[in-house]
Amino acid sequence: MEQRNDFPSKYPVSYPVIGAGGDTGSWRMFRPEIDKDKCIKCLFCWIYCPDGVIDRDNLQINYDFCKGCGICAKECPRNAINMIREE
Amino acid sequence: MKKLFDTGCHVVAQAVKCADVDMVAAYPITPQTSVVEEIAALTESGEMNCRFLPVEGEHSAMAACVAAAAVGARAFTATSSQGLLYMHEVLHMASGCRFPLVMVNVNRAVFAPWTLWADHSDSLSQRDTGWLQLYCCSLQEVFNTILQAYYIAERVRIPVMVNMDGFILSHCRMIVNMPDQEIIDKFLQRQPNGWIANPANPSAYACVTGADLYPGFREELFNDTKNADKIIVEAASVYRDLTGFWDGDLIDTYRCDDADTFIVTIGSMAAEARLSIDLLREQGVKTGLIKIRSFRPFPAAALSAVLPDGARVMVLDRNYGLGTEGGIVFSELKASLFNRAAKIEIANQIMGIGGSDVNYQMMADAVTSAWDIRR
Ligand code: SF4
Ligand code: SF4
Repeated sequence: MEQRNDFPSKYPVSYPVIGAGGDTGSWRMFRPEIDKDKCIKCLFCWIYCPDGVIDRDNLQINYDFCKGCGICAKECPRNAINMIREE
Repeated sequence: MKKLFDTGCHVVAQAVKCADVDMVAAYPITPQTSVVEEIAALTESGEMNCRFLPVEGEHSAMAACVAAAAVGARAFTATSSQGLLYMHEVLHMASGCRFPLVMVNVNRAVFAPWTLWADHSDSLSQRDTGWLQLYCCSLQEVFNTILQAYYIAERVRIPVMVNMDGFILSHCRMIVNMPDQEIIDKFLQRQPNGWIANPANPSAYACVTGADLYPGFREELFNDTKNADKIIVEAASVYRDLTGFWDGDLIDTYRCDDADTFIVTIGSMAAEARLSIDLLREQGVKTGLIKIRSFRPFPAAALSAVLPDGARVMVLDRNYGLGTEGGIVFSELKASLFNRAAKIEIANQIMGIGGSDVNYQMMADAVTSAWDIRR
């Protein structure tokens, strides 16, 4: 990951950084919440999340960037993810 | 030095082989078809060490070349007419991404109505895509120019289109002298890559760019295409030093030294026009020929330097600049000489459209009738 800015400006190159897409958490109207009792840790939600905001190890959702799309809830084979309306 | 006696399309394939190209993606279209056939045959037989990708159309051909360049491969494609037009949006992508591709365009008139024969409306309609455009008037020049195109593209990081007239050059057999491979290898040493895709250091390329950054990239491309003239000149002179061949750099001139009247043209008409110059000279008209070899970048300064005050210039265009006063080369030349307008007369004759015959007599007549020169 070193040498990130080694290209002259003629090359439109960009490198991944956390939050490059902006404050996407503010878009959310429904918040996904995982019901740990129903969850079987299949990791479907982790792999389907388009924003990569679900932690692989502890299934914590980063609400700063979760945009509330609901894909995780749709794909969960155990219906373990509830979409709760934000206040 | 090896001698080759073959058609223009096969000479292109030999030049691509000599250029040690890694990957060719192409789709056949008349009159370019036998370029693709010959490269396919050479790769199939193992004579040419290169990946050949037969794609389903020209849009894909250019996209595949872009992808190859994105991992640092030396890539090539060839097309013609509608095929070039079909590539249009990917041409912008290639130049904007600064990929050093080389493409041969076998000039053919455009639809409609359908036709197969030469004029320059295909390539000239792509003039604002950011590709450099070089035009050739003999098969030796085609061979030399393909090699020079890689030299240029890999240094300025801008793709280069090498143009040759359909049938007149593509299907005509001429003797071509091929420099020894060691000399070509020396001329075409691999250059350091610009950006390439690297899984060890993941990056995204040419993503959505806002008004804060976009203008900078375009300005850089604008300046670099303009300044590519220096590298085109360098390529021609390094090539001459190594091989002895010279086809001009941005332009080529013939009997211009004491001339007051000039023919300016591009492509194969520049070969025939030499005979017009000789004819006009015999008739006492001090005529010289300027062949525009580089249409993009447009060689404004080089042209102006050749033309003395009081010069009469006949631009012979093999295209129509639809909605303008004449041909596209004519418009470009006039614009570039605007600040000398009081001192230079510029006239235009459009000829050779859709492969219609052009001979030296017609070109000489265009000059004598424009200025009412009595013979
Ligand atoms: S709602 Fe969408 S963004 Fe948020 S965790 Fe689920 S899949 Fe990811
Ligand atoms: S998809 Fe459902 S069951 Fe599978 S890990 Fe995610 S929350 Fe648990």
